[in-house]
Amino acid sequence: MFDFISDYDDPTLLGAFWMTVKLTVFSGVGSLIWGTLLAAMRVSPVPLMRGFGTAYVNIVRNIPLTVIIVFTSLGLADIFGVTMGAPDDFELQGFRLAVLGLIAYTAAFVCEALRSGINTVPVGQAEAARAIGLNFTQVLGLIVLPQAFRSVIGPLANVLIALTKNTTVAATIGVAEAALLMKEMIENEAQTLLIGAVFAFGFVVLTLPTGLILNWLSKRLAVKR
Amino acid sequence: MTSVLYDAPGPRAKRRNVILSVVFVAVLALALWWIYKTMDDKGQLEWSLWKPFTQSEAWTTYLLPGLADTLKAAALSMVIALPLGAFLGIARLSDHRWVRVPAAVVVEFFRAIPVLLLMLFANEFFARSTDVSSSDRPLYAVVTGLVLYNASVLAEVVRAGILALPKGQSEAAQAIGLRKSQTMTNILLPQAVTAMLPAIVSQLVVIVKDTALGGVMLGFTELLNSRGTLAANYANVIPSFIVVALIFIVLNFTLTSFASWLEGRLRRSKRSTGAVLGAGDVDDLNAAEVGGTYGTGADQ
Amino acid sequence: MKLRKVTAASAAVFALALTATACGSDDGDSGSSSSGGGEKIKIGIKYDQPGLGLKEPDGSFSGFDVDVATYVAKELGYEADQIEWVETKSADRENALSRGDVKLIAATYSITDERAEKVDFAGPYLLAHQDLLVKKDADITEATDLNDKKLCSVTGSTSAQNVKKDFAPDAQLREYGTYSECIAALQSGAVDALTTDDSILAGYASQDQYKGQFKLAGLKLSNENYGIGVKKGDTETVNKVNDALKKMVSDKSWDKAVEANFGPAEYKNEPAPEIGNIVK
Repeated sequence: MFDFISDYDDPTLLGAFWMTVKLTVFSGVGSLIWGTLLAAMRVSPVPLMRGFGTAYVNIVRNIPLTVIIVFTSLGLADIFGVTMGAPDDFELQGFRLAVLGLIAYTAAFVCEALRSGINTVPVGQAEAARAIGLNFTQVLGLIVLPQAFRSVIGPLANVLIALTKNTTVAATIGVAEAALLMKEMIENEAQTLLIGAVFAFGFVVLTLPTGLILNWLSKRLAVKR
Repeated sequence: MTSVLYDAPGPRAKRRNVILSVVFVAVLALALWWIYKTMDDKGQLEWSLWKPFTQSEAWTTYLLPGLADTLKAAALSMVIALPLGAFLGIARLSDHRWVRVPAAVVVEFFRAIPVLLLMLFANEFFARSTDVSSSDRPLYAVVTGLVLYNASVLAEVVRAGILALPKGQSEAAQAIGLRKSQTMTNILLPQAVTAMLPAIVSQLVVIVKDTALGGVMLGFTELLNSRGTLAANYANVIPSFIVVALIFIVLNFTLTSFASWLEGRLRRSKRSTGAVLGAGDVDDLNAAEVGGTYGTGADQ
Repeated sequence: MKLRKVTAASAAVFALALTATACGSDDGDSGSSSSGGGEKIKIGIKYDQPGLGLKEPDGSFSGFDVDVATYVAKELGYEADQIEWVETKSADRENALSRGDVKLIAATYSITDERAEKVDFAGPYLLAHQDLLVKKDADITEATDLNDKKLCSVTGSTSAQNVKKDFAPDAQLREYGTYSECIAALQSGAVDALTTDDSILAGYASQDQYKGQFKLAGLKLSNENYGIGVKKGDTETVNKVNDALKKMVSDKSWDKAVEANFGPAEYKNEPAPEIGNIVK
């Protein structure tokens, strides 16, 4: 029943999921950094930064990811010539463009999750910090964000899990990850449901431990109030 | 409005802000000009590519029916997923093991599977064991897939919100003799929902956008799917993507604005909402504005 | 938010789910039994392929697949206004037939052994070949020219897999979700050629917006036998469809349909294939 899987060697099933993992890790790290910066901008004293952060989040998260990913390739690379240092290597270029698109998109959600977290930090914390003379960067970096992060590990886990699954959209610009192999298999084998089940299982294997570990972490790290 | 995170800006800070703003606007204008120039060079601004969007047929044949399907699926999914998510989130916090564990299993399982595949399986389920007609089935399958996934995600959001509340809240509720269910519904849930509103609104936006997955395999004729048909006709791929992206932005922006308006009303009617006290009246561009607590309100 | 509201709503949801499962658990394939008479016939096509199956701005449908399907339906006793067109995406074609959602599928459906295990095929009604669409002034004449070229095709499609495995493993292959995107990339110069079945390419090249910009390279890289998909085991329909296809060829309607849909692209079509003769 599953013997067709061994017919695929470029990439293999495991190889395709490995690409999914790579996309997730690179985009995850990138969007955590960019998302934190965005959140900082949105609560910063500079009106311009607040405006930029707000506009960015409201535009980017309101566009379907497919459109963003297709745009990185069809728009950014083909029309604006941003080939990510690999103009003649479509494989590498596609991967980098996909990571770029995923970071741009996921960061908006990281930012909003963090802002939720900032809201859960009692006002007194920041007031006390200011009272002892800390400036904005210090209040945010030393007092508020560390607590905010710990209270939104749950939502951030959601974002990470969503990201893992969103990497499948990279198939629309030809990155050879799990969803692309799935499309090839469906095209050749005419067994949509069986193949769908195999890949659903693969994603459960990838995301379930993530959810469980981060859930455990969020309990351990929860700020006791 | 001042924020709790920083002091009111003095004369130097104000001057610095002005300079920064001018530089930023200049850079932005330069970038826009470059985008315009490149698109013009590549022939993407030719009128023939954009003209279809000024004709009624492009809208009545492709975009509006697509938009209608998107809205239908999104609205149904939200209405079902929100209460179900709250229910699952509370169930996961239950004192009873037999409630907690099944809820956890449901949540962890359904958020682990890609929504596209959930829709595929739901479609097959409806085909095999219900009488839903084949023309309605994509809608059912899309809504089912979206509900299962998003209710699980919302459950996690609600749970995180409840756990983040100060312990004193539930202790005080116990002290005045409220039952567990009363504590949850009258004390904890309202505060958690308010605090987590940005994340919840984000998730509603995700629902609207994920309806697009229904077009990939099931032939659900939502907006993004209709865009493909439209672009095949008018040979205007990039303009069609831009127009559809704009429609999605407007749609979701309306949604988030409505949510923040609603939230503002809720807040006014119940002055004391624990963790997020001290909200200003923030109704600017800022869509999913919740707190304002930490000075997120733009220049006033 | 009151718990009463929450519980009531979720109770309603569960009740809905229960009734949904309860009312139809006994009959699995009730939808497939309808046929003939004054009823409608559901036919699966593509909505987004010019020249083969395209939803026009006025809501009508055009293309070679559509013309063939209309002719076949007429022979089966359905007038044009009794046809209900259904969009069948590539991944859903086999399931749509086995569930009985559609009676026939004419959607650039190549006959392959794997597919023939799941569905029955009538035809073939067109022999297509994988080919390249290039800019008018390009000079690609042989498959070996491809290895240092940039190609574009649809994600996961047979054509894309062929390029990777057989013709040009060293070529740069970009994969997009639909052919329209590949054409855009071809127009902007990001890729040198778009590769898929020549029938599909001819459909694009004949579109008003692209007329005179592109040409087919004429390479015949593979054989694609387009068949009409029918539910597995429905031999009666297969035979009727085959008879209809034979008649369509003999009364020259077939030639007219080819001319009307692919004419402007200088597409050298194969003669009408013999029914049941699948060219490997």
